[in-house]
Amino acid sequence: MVRAAPLVKVENLTIKYHTPEGEITALQDISFGVMPGEFISIVGPSGCGKSTLLNALAGLLKPASGKITIMDQPVKGPTPLVGYMPQSDQLFGWRTIYKNVLLGLEVQNKLTPETKAYAKNLLEKYGLKDFMQARPNQLSGGMRQRVALIRTLAINPEILLLDEAFSALDYQTRLIVADEVKQIINEEHKTAILVTHDIAEAISMADRVMVLTRRPGRIKNIHPIELTCSVRTPIKCREAPEFRYYFNLIWKELDIHVA
Amino acid sequence: MSPERSFPGISPDHLRYLNEQKAYKNKVLLFQILLLVASIAFWEVATRLHWIDPFIFSSPSRVVHTLLSMHHQGNLYYHIGITLYETTAGFILGTIIGTVIAVILWWSDFLAKVLDPYLVVLNSLPKIALGPIIIVWFGAGATAIIVVALLISVIVTILGVYNGFAQVDPDKVKLLKTFGATRLQVLQKVILPASIPTIIAALKINVGLSWVGVIVGEFLVSRAGLGYLIVYGGQVFRLDLVMTSVIILSIAAALMYQGVVYLEKLFTR
Repeated sequence: MVRAAPLVKVENLTIKYHTPEGEITALQDISFGVMPGEFISIVGPSGCGKSTLLNALAGLLKPASGKITIMDQPVKGPTPLVGYMPQSDQLFGWRTIYKNVLLGLEVQNKLTPETKAYAKNLLEKYGLKDFMQARPNQLSGGMRQRVALIRTLAINPEILLLDEAFSALDYQTRLIVADEVKQIINEEHKTAILVTHDIAEAISMADRVMVLTRRPGRIKNIHPIELTCSVRTPIKCREAPEFRYYFNLIWKELDIHVA
Repeated sequence: MSPERSFPGISPDHLRYLNEQKAYKNKVLLFQILLLVASIAFWEVATRLHWIDPFIFSSPSRVVHTLLSMHHQGNLYYHIGITLYETTAGFILGTIIGTVIAVILWWSDFLAKVLDPYLVVLNSLPKIALGPIIIVWFGAGATAIIVVALLISVIVTILGVYNGFAQVDPDKVKLLKTFGATRLQVLQKVILPASIPTIIAALKINVGLSWVGVIVGEFLVSRAGLGYLIVYGGQVFRLDLVMTSVIILSIAAALMYQGVVYLEKLFTR
């Protein structure tokens, strides 16, 4: 029985930060749902609370009000249903690639022959078999990012959170890695939420793009992205005739003023 | 993208560059040796020709003579052994205890805040000033000397390692937290392994500090060790003994430092 229920539900989420100087409302009254297999990009001006939203989804922040549910379970702390991919790869230099990939399983006490085989299989499938015993500094930036993704996938999460996951890479590598990551996420049938400040990246990867307002962050709009391109990869999508339209639309909504 | 570049053949230009580099290195080494030989030769000549008084300044031949007679009497190795033991014990204990306290401070932010002013005061206090107290408490012997050495290195270790812990990339810690890691797991899997270079840096500093602690300790109380020989030699005006001990001391300290450098290579490939 196929049920078209959202995998992630965010309802009236408000998040506040407390500092000695006062109270800052980072996010206000955010509500949205993410369907299984969907890829959502979140864009917004700097300091709008994009990353805060991701931290809340990862269970690292307590909301002031509202709630988040993932697969009908309320999020109360970090859960194995969620895989978080940080800004730079954050591979541990003192571990081999294979050991880096096992990190999440180790922490969650899930190291079994099955889970190890699954992790190994992912490395093989995505062209890293020969580098399993290598150290992170022996790999290129793009490969390292792929390892970081596999480390996240190894715990077999339902939903991936990508926190400006490509921003540490140079432009060319970034396009290629975005392509790879998108392909891997599709192949593994994962749902993903990408936070980025790069409008083109957001449009090229996502099924929907969510635009947040200046702080306190609210949802300004959610745009379903429909691009006509033969192969739906992020690089090809950038050539779609509708691409500029979406870009201009979101650019205007972001309302960025250069002082 | 291949992670390594390969050099299929070495061009004449590159070969020349490599040779120049090698020649430069050899030149440095040559002058290092020359400087040592020249200093020793000058020392010897200056005392032989009575430019300086050999009774006060000793001389290389007198040092060798002292060394040989101590070797024959057999007490040379005894004194070296005592000092080595005290120094090694002092700096290993200082490093271990300092690291453990740093872990405790990392674990409890509250405790770290509470103890902060005390650490600042203890850090700026010349620990040698506590020497007499330590001797009263621990008795005039090797234990007191080890405690002095430990005291000198432990505060620096606490501060150095704790700061090292604090400098571990917060995003690495965050990554672990998203996996649901406990505080102990964060410590084991990120904080400690990421801090190995910091801990080794502390070790390097502690070697030097422990020598200071041990020699001062031996000045104050002991009946054995290189520090004792130096003080004793000074008191009875046997400058040969003082010079010999200082030379042995510098060699021993350099060797121990090299030992830590070797450890560093082992741990931080």
